[in-house]
Amino acid sequence: MSILHSHYDSGNFFDEMFAPGGATRPHYQRLGERLGSLTQQEFDERRAAVDLAFLRRGVTFTVYHDNAGTERIFPFDLMPRIIPNAEWQRIEAGLVQRITALNLFLDDVYHGQKVLKDKIVPPALVLGAKHFRREFMNFTVPRGIYVHICGTDLIRDAQGNYLVLEDNLRCPSGASYMIENRSAMRRAFPNLFQSYGVRPVESYADDLVKALLHLAPDQHDKPNVVLLTPGVFNSAYFEHCFLARQMGIPIVEGRDLVVRDSRVFMRTTAGLVAVDVIYRRIDDDFLDPTVFRADSMLGVPGLVAAYRAGNVALANSIGTGIADDKVIYAYVPQLIKYYLDQDPILPNVKTYLASEPLDRKFILENIEKLVVKSANEAGGYGMLIGPASTKEECSQFRNQVAANPRNFIAQDPIMLSRSPTWCDGQLEGRHIDLRPYILYGDKITVTPGGLTRVALRKGSLVVNSSQGGGSKDTWVLQGDE
Amino acid sequence: MASPKNSAPLPPRPQATVMLSRVAHSLYWMSRYIERAENFARLLDVNLQLLLDFQGVTTTAVEEHWDSILLSSGDEKLFEEHYELADSRSVTEFFAFDRRNPNSILSCVDSARENARMIRDQISQEMWETINELYLYLHDRTSDEIWATGAAEFFNNVKRSAHLFQGLVASTYSRNEGWEFLQFGCLLERADKTTRILDVKYHILLPSAADVGGAVDTAQWQAVLRSASALEAYRRFYVREILPWKVAEFLIFSDSFPRSLHFCVAEIDTFLRRILGETGARPRTEAARLSRRLLADLQSLAITDVLEDGLHEFLLEAQKALDRIGEEVVQTTMFYPAESELGEQQQQQIQQ
Repeated sequence: MSILHSHYDSGNFFDEMFAPGGATRPHYQRLGERLGSLTQQEFDERRAAVDLAFLRRGVTFTVYHDNAGTERIFPFDLMPRIIPNAEWQRIEAGLVQRITALNLFLDDVYHGQKVLKDKIVPPALVLGAKHFRREFMNFTVPRGIYVHICGTDLIRDAQGNYLVLEDNLRCPSGASYMIENRSAMRRAFPNLFQSYGVRPVESYADDLVKALLHLAPDQHDKPNVVLLTPGVFNSAYFEHCFLARQMGIPIVEGRDLVVRDSRVFMRTTAGLVAVDVIYRRIDDDFLDPTVFRADSMLGVPGLVAAYRAGNVALANSIGTGIADDKVIYAYVPQLIKYYLDQDPILPNVKTYLASEPLDRKFILENIEKLVVKSANEAGGYGMLIGPASTKEECSQFRNQVAANPRNFIAQDPIMLSRSPTWCDGQLEGRHIDLRPYILYGDKITVTPGGLTRVALRKGSLVVNSSQGGGSKDTWVLQGDE
Repeated sequence: MASPKNSAPLPPRPQATVMLSRVAHSLYWMSRYIERAENFARLLDVNLQLLLDFQGVTTTAVEEHWDSILLSSGDEKLFEEHYELADSRSVTEFFAFDRRNPNSILSCVDSARENARMIRDQISQEMWETINELYLYLHDRTSDEIWATGAAEFFNNVKRSAHLFQGLVASTYSRNEGWEFLQFGCLLERADKTTRILDVKYHILLPSAADVGGAVDTAQWQAVLRSASALEAYRRFYVREILPWKVAEFLIFSDSFPRSLHFCVAEIDTFLRRILGETGARPRTEAARLSRRLLADLQSLAITDVLEDGLHEFLLEAQKALDRIGEEVVQTTMFYPAESELGEQQQQQIQQ
């Protein structure tokens, strides 16, 4: 029996593959036909082969909150998510617009602060933000770029409109899975790719290394670029290794680097070798124990001084977290208007700020109907999904919001779009999001595709890998079907 | 402190040939652990089979046999802490599956993989996959299951993975400084294990003088050779019956058999001098001095000299020298203290 014969229910959600009424959307047509010709056994064999390949290759992430520090493969769903060209053009334009505005915002915040003087954003929200680095006021970053690597999370509402859920401007992760997922799909369905016209994602590593080289101080013709990892115990260590290998650059830990006379060197068996650009996957707080957290063992003493002296470039720059603060997020549409005099191409999700008295009142009174997020957490931690939570959880969050309003925002729950996903022997609708990757070098590139994350638990809206999420390959088509 | 001035010419930046000290050490340990796992697999396999060949061996004899292996390994104290009786099952458990033993096959493979994971960007995909698959294989079954289905196949798999790994090192790893560390680690481990395999026989007490040269004795010497993968090589070389002093001579002095102590130490000396940059006629470092001295002994002594002074004592001295050589190389090229909190901070780093 073919796998598409099961009774698939789109529910009251926007379904990526099926239009209301059950017709297959045009860009999924050929995938549907191909799957229709597969028996369940063939499909299962392909799934098993893909899982085994991930395990063998060690495409894993590590979960710590269960004490064991277990390595898991990131669950992968064989049903791809397909985006037609016309939709992608709009997403791309929206992302380029957004990162341009956010960079201008960061430059302004760390220099003249016109945006605060013009009362676009309340000064207290910026100056009191956890990730605002006053140490870097009036510092000129290499090439004027603050955010070189950005991962922006998009979701689709019930009408299928793309909305921005959040920006990740510090250490966005997941690009390695975008590339590994593609290579897994190629092995599983080689013929399908040839006929479909899927745009490749493999250029990511190349674009990334170009963006990094763009930052190198002028005087060197062969700059040294390294990737700075927290180390093998970090959940994203696989990705750090993967990217370093793809780019052909050394992967270093803080203890491999040393600063002499405001220059950064790596300790090699042949002595010290200068480093020009650091793609760091360590938080600001841990970068340099002499400037930020003194107890950091991951960082490099003197690194900030070397950065200030212009002898080394960092990607992303220090202090970019102010722009992906979830409170600042609420102002991004105004920022786009303010800096670019354009209307946002990709709208935000309607957001309430607990720091604003009226919004706060609304949040406290309606908390069970809202999604509440703390301003600076990542990975799906520190959030409340009101409709799916108990009374106790709601009242706990209500107290937290009342006690520290600056640290919280609330949003209307969006019924994220769903995509057919293989669950327990049949296809069922599961909620998904999309994280495209934007690189800012001498020009801005958006890799056609991204990481589609899927909430594998029935009814769940949380797609994070640490919370039972999986991923899908994301196909951006050359054409529209 | 040597500090390059801003005006000074820039230091060399040949990206491809630069090797981080941390990477060098991970290569060294990865290679050592794989070799160690393979040696234990071989040792256990051979001795389990040996005991099978002798029907009606008394419990005491079995116990003495395993005791001798424990003694030669140097891990006998750790064993006594956790086990009461040395029999086939308990010793296999201890050397193969017990995580409390840092030298068990399981611990070795875990450590090798951990090191490989740290330097994944430096080794070939095939090398990584071989270690990872071995790791997954070991974690996929319990010792009860292995014991029930027969341990021989299990040991074979471990050995085969290790051989595959060494083969991949030879065929996919560039001959640069990293290669020197890989070889140095592997050879140091191999030399150490050969001395211990030979030493097993020293600890086996024969019931009576009449048994010397008898069937049991010969079988035991054969087992020693097989534990070092040396039986066929020995036979080709001597083409005669197996004589104890000949076995010792072969495993210590052979200049063509790649697991003999002499062969390994000659290679160790070469790689060591390259790693430490020892180019002069007289060594500058203690490690190079030690290896030169050990090599000189192995080149000039005869088996009669060794037997006169005591085989066991000779092997013990060699083990000590090898230990010190390894330690000093690690120390000279490594700067990091062990830091337990480091792992915790690594975990805490938010990856958005």
